[in-house]
Amino acid sequence: MRAALALLKRDVALAFREGGAIGTALGFYLVVVAITPLGLGPDLNLLSRIAPGMLWVALLLAALLSADRIFHNDYEDGALDVLITGKLPLPLVAAIKSLAHWLTTGVPLALLAPLLGLLLNLPAQASPHLVLAMLFGTPAVSFVAAIGASLTLGLKRSGLLLALLVLPLYVPVLIFGVATASAAIAGPASPWPPFLMLCALSLASMVLAPLAAAAALRTALR
Amino acid sequence: MPSLANPTRFLDLAGRAIPWLTALTVVLFGAGLYLAFFVAPPDYQQGDTVRIMFVHVPAAWLALFGYMLIAAASLGTLIWRHPLADVAAKAAAPIGATFTFIALVTGSLWGKPMWGTYWVWDARLTSMLVLFLLYLGLIALWQAIEEPGRAGRAAAILALVGAINIPIIKFSVDWWNTLHQPASVVRLGGPTIDPSMLAPLVVMALAFTLLFVLLHLIAMRAEILRRRVRAMQLTQVEQAALVEA
Repeated sequence: MRAALALLKRDVALAFREGGAIGTALGFYLVVVAITPLGLGPDLNLLSRIAPGMLWVALLLAALLSADRIFHNDYEDGALDVLITGKLPLPLVAAIKSLAHWLTTGVPLALLAPLLGLLLNLPAQASPHLVLAMLFGTPAVSFVAAIGASLTLGLKRSGLLLALLVLPLYVPVLIFGVATASAAIAGPASPWPPFLMLCALSLASMVLAPLAAAAALRTALR
Repeated sequence: MPSLANPTRFLDLAGRAIPWLTALTVVLFGAGLYLAFFVAPPDYQQGDTVRIMFVHVPAAWLALFGYMLIAAASLGTLIWRHPLADVAAKAAAPIGATFTFIALVTGSLWGKPMWGTYWVWDARLTSMLVLFLLYLGLIALWQAIEEPGRAGRAAAILALVGAINIPIIKFSVDWWNTLHQPASVVRLGGPTIDPSMLAPLVVMALAFTLLFVLLHLIAMRAEILRRRVRAMQLTQVEQAALVEA
C-alpha cells in the first residue's frame, strides 16, 4: 500500500515539475475550443447547441496528446523495468499510473471546461452537469488511454497511432458524456441515466483496462 | 487442431483445399446471384432496390464474423501461444475490414432511395463505422511493430479490448429504436422475412462465407511464407556478417 502511494505521489510530482506537462494540455484545450467558433461562425445559438460536444471532443484530444506520458518517460529511463521486476503487481502499477494521469490531466481539464464553455455560450444551468460528467467520465478516458500508451510504447509515430487505436474506444464515453449535458440544457429527459452509464463505463475501465495495459507492457518489454 | 499447429502441415492442407473451395465459391456465387437477380421477387414497397440486401446483409454478417474470428484467434495467441493463431488474426483483419467497408457502402447506397440520405448517425451505422475504425487500428498496429511476435501479442490485446463493440453492434437495433430495421433473419421466434427472399439470402450468405474462408486461407498461406522469407533473409545476413568477420 505504501509503495502504491509512493508511486502515485511520484507520478503526480513528476507531472507537476516536468516543464509544462499539465499546462500544455490545458493550452491545447483552450486553442481547440477557441478556433471552433472561427470555423463555424459566431452564431451564438449554434455555438450553445454544440458546446457540450465540442468541449468533450476537445477534452478527449487534449487527454490523448498527454497520454504517451503515462509510460513513455519511465520506459526511456529504465524505471519501468524496475517497476516490472518490483513487488507491486503490474496491473496495479498500470492502474496507479493511469490514476496519476487522471489527477493531472482529466481533473484540470474538467475544471477548466465551464470557463471555456463561456466562449461557446454554454447555457449556465448546464455547466455543473458538464463538469460533473467530465469528472466522472475522465477516469475511463485516462484508463483506456493507458492501454493505447502501453501498446504503442517505443514505436515510431506512436502519437498518431495512439489516437487511431484509442479514439474509437472513446465513442461510448463521448455519447453518454454529451447526453448528460444536453439533457440538462434541453430537457425533458433527466440527465442522470446517461450520467450513471458514464460512471459505469469509468468503473468498468478502472477494473479491466489495467489488466490489458499490464499485458501490453509485458509484451513491449520482453 | 494440434496437427494444424504445424505450419508445414497447414500449408499442405490449405494448398489442397484452395482449388476445391474456389470452385465451390464460384458455383455458389453463380447460383446466389441468379436467385437474387432473377428468382427473388421485387419488394412490394422497395421494388428492385431490395436486391441490395443480398450483398449488404451477408457482407455485414461476415464483417462481424471476421472480428469474432480475430478475437478468438487472439485468445489462442495470448493463452495457448498457438503458432498459427496470430497468423490467422493478422490475415483476417484486412478481409474483415473490406467486408465492413462493403456493408457500409452498400448500406449507404440502399439508404439513399429508401431513407432519402446516404448516411444517418443511428446506432447500427455508427457502431459499424466504429468496427471499421477498429479494423484499421489493428492493421496499423501490425504495421507499426516490426517484430512479428510482439506485433501479434499487442494486436491480440487490442482486438480483445475492441471485442466489446461486437455485442453493441448486434443488439444496437434492438436496444435503441433506430432508423435501421431490427433483426429479421436470426431472431427468437423464427425469421420474419419471406421464404422467397430468405432462400437467395441464405445462398448468398453461404457464398460470402466461403469467399471469406477462401481469402483467409490464401492470406494465411501468404503470411506464413512471408515470415519464412523474412527468417531466411535474416539468417543470410547473419551468415554474411560472420564471413566478413
